[in-house]
Amino acid sequence: MYRYDEFDATLVGERVSQFRGQVERRLSGALSEDQFKPLRLMNGLYLQLHAYMLRVAVPYGTLSSRQMHKLAHIARKYDKGYGHFTTRQNIQYNWPALVDVPDILDDLAEVEMHAIQTSGNCIRNVTSDQYAGAGADEVEDPRIWCEVIRQWSTFHPEFTYLPRKFKIAVTASQNDRAAIRLHDIGLRIHKTDAGEVGFEVIVGGGLGRTPYIGHTIREFLPKKHLLSYLEAVLRVYNLEGRRDNLYKARIKILVNAGGAQKFTDMVEAEWAAIRKSEIDLPAEEVERIRAYFAPPDFEVLPAESAALEQKRKGDTAFARWLRVNTVAHKSPGYAIANISLKPVGGIPGDISDVQMEAVADLAAHYSQDEIRATHEQNLVLPHVRKDDLYAVWQALAAQGLATPNIRLVSDIIACPGLDYCALANTRSIPIAQRISERFADLEQQEDIGELKIKISGCINACGHHHVGHIGILGVDKKGEEFYQITLGGSGAEDASLGEIVGRGLSSGDAVGAVEKLVDYYRENRQDNERFIDTYRRLGADPFKEALYAAA
Amino acid sequence: MPLLKLFGSDFVPTLEEPLREVSLADWRAKTQAQADATALVIENDINVEKVAEDLAGFRVIILMFPTFKDGRAYSQARLLRERFGFTGEIRARGDILRDQVLFMVRCGFDAFELAGDDAAAVRAALADFSFAYQPAADHIEPVWRRRLDRPAAA
Ligand code: HEM
Ligand code: SF4
Repeated sequence: MYRYDEFDATLVGERVSQFRGQVERRLSGALSEDQFKPLRLMNGLYLQLHAYMLRVAVPYGTLSSRQMHKLAHIARKYDKGYGHFTTRQNIQYNWPALVDVPDILDDLAEVEMHAIQTSGNCIRNVTSDQYAGAGADEVEDPRIWCEVIRQWSTFHPEFTYLPRKFKIAVTASQNDRAAIRLHDIGLRIHKTDAGEVGFEVIVGGGLGRTPYIGHTIREFLPKKHLLSYLEAVLRVYNLEGRRDNLYKARIKILVNAGGAQKFTDMVEAEWAAIRKSEIDLPAEEVERIRAYFAPPDFEVLPAESAALEQKRKGDTAFARWLRVNTVAHKSPGYAIANISLKPVGGIPGDISDVQMEAVADLAAHYSQDEIRATHEQNLVLPHVRKDDLYAVWQALAAQGLATPNIRLVSDIIACPGLDYCALANTRSIPIAQRISERFADLEQQEDIGELKIKISGCINACGHHHVGHIGILGVDKKGEEFYQITLGGSGAEDASLGEIVGRGLSSGDAVGAVEKLVDYYRENRQDNERFIDTYRRLGADPFKEALYAAA
Repeated sequence: MPLLKLFGSDFVPTLEEPLREVSLADWRAKTQAQADATALVIENDINVEKVAEDLAGFRVIILMFPTFKDGRAYSQARLLRERFGFTGEIRARGDILRDQVLFMVRCGFDAFELAGDDAAAVRAALADFSFAYQPAADHIEPVWRRRLDRPAAA
């Protein structure tokens, strides 16, 4: 893991002092809420329906045990004993008091964490693949480049007042677990036939009220040019992006207004002018950062664990968890263990202080001290010896953290919705809870297979509904809550935007609608088709019919 | 309107000096009649590349912040300094928060027309951060260079 040196530590510390001063000015009345707003937003502090909400950055989703313990401490001391993992690998606290926020930030700084640039019209926390450094399918660890970007984008003097927020995601695998095609910039590290490693640069993806899939503006960018190329993209956007209309201000609108080719030409022209400047890091600095991400000392182990096989045979619940929640690791004898934050009837992404402490302890004992957050609002223990999986599973189960439902119908993304959010039309969390209750039967869930349900409480799409296999969008019709269903979206390597199918449904009907869609799929799937495959093969019409015919 | 100017790395409050300002449009329309203008006002939707030819002869370029959120002039200033070699004064006008001044300095601004904040507070804000990660139009060495320059760890 990356560790701060004196420069990183000083900058984060200075930021806390600066914000402490700003909060004092606010509390004394020297700053009005209007004047304070842009300052608090640069520090991840939102005003929600009932209270302030603090969004803490988890850079590229990587946490140490010590950091997780600190997050638990903050939840206990300053909040109501829980935190909420978001779709951008961050954690949010829903109930901090303004006067406490500088102390929270001090506590975070102690463990090399912060809330810098987690809101505001700046370059946000860089996200990545939760299996980085562990997955069997990666070209190299994408977090090296995430950290390079984190540093370059922190307090970037030119790009702190962009037209709108700016989100970058990096992956190094064919299997896109970071939704790179739905980010302002998505970077995919890949290897050419000639063996050279570089970035595919994808620009202009995004959700919100006008969703777009990003365009590849460069198939191959040599790694050493990453920062100058990003600077060129950001400069074009800062100068040319629309500022007259909040809803048309994201880079996706600029890219699509003139066409991807025109945008590419502007970026390439700008890049030609700056690529020889000092923006790009010298190789020594990249190597310094790379060294922090050197793989831990994995033991030399047989690929299969006899102990594990024995437990698998004897314990069907464990066997199910293994099938559903663990993934191949690149080092023989190890596995990646997913921790579901989606228990039946629970709030997607929520985790209590006690659970956080338990996860931190497990990471310390069994996972090389590392934890990851995922954009699907779950956690991961990335480096678990297969021999230890049974012990890990038992400990997770004792904390209600062993729900075997990763990628399944109850592994739902849901935005905070009307329970917290001031912009919401409808509630999201209760819909997620009811769907997961309806599909509580684990055997049935596994039979249904991969099915991604994503719920947003308004058109801002924080819950990614556009890219849900089944998306649910809350709309307000004359003061009544309605839910619009979309079908066929995907945020992965086969990215696509869902189509709206028919009229909105009441909250009761929305849950039943999911059931009807699932039933139709199960009756009509072929071979090993996932829901999304069957949908793509048959098209929207039969699904629509199944949804509305009987109603 | 108090005017703050940067000398070295410090601010000095300055009396408003008589400038002869001209907007880009007026300058282009009647260059002859504006021959004695000393300051060119460039709106923030202007592509400064197209103004490069006009810069010579102006002592001051004034860039605009219609609202503090509108950050186009940060890029304009960097381009004027780094690409078009403008060495005169670049002045920020409009809605400017004291917490923004450091970033403006980093982008090449060296004079600020400030409405509310007092000079001492703005000066203090200039010292909020000791280091910068990235090179810009000022001459602060980026952190990576300091790292390379520091003696090898014992
Ligand atoms: C106070 C609560 C929140 C507010 C006011 C809020 C507001 C917004 C707005 C206005 C947008 C649309 C931006 C645009 O299209 O330009 C948006 C998008 C988004 N938000 Fe939120 N949000 C909140 C909470 C969250 C939470 C809790 C998450 C994570 C679970 C989240 C993740 C996202 C994502 C992933 C997007 C869409 C992706 C994109 O195109 O950027 N937001 N949010
Ligand atoms: S999608 Fe809408 S309701 Fe949900 S968190 Fe975002 S802004 Fe709030």
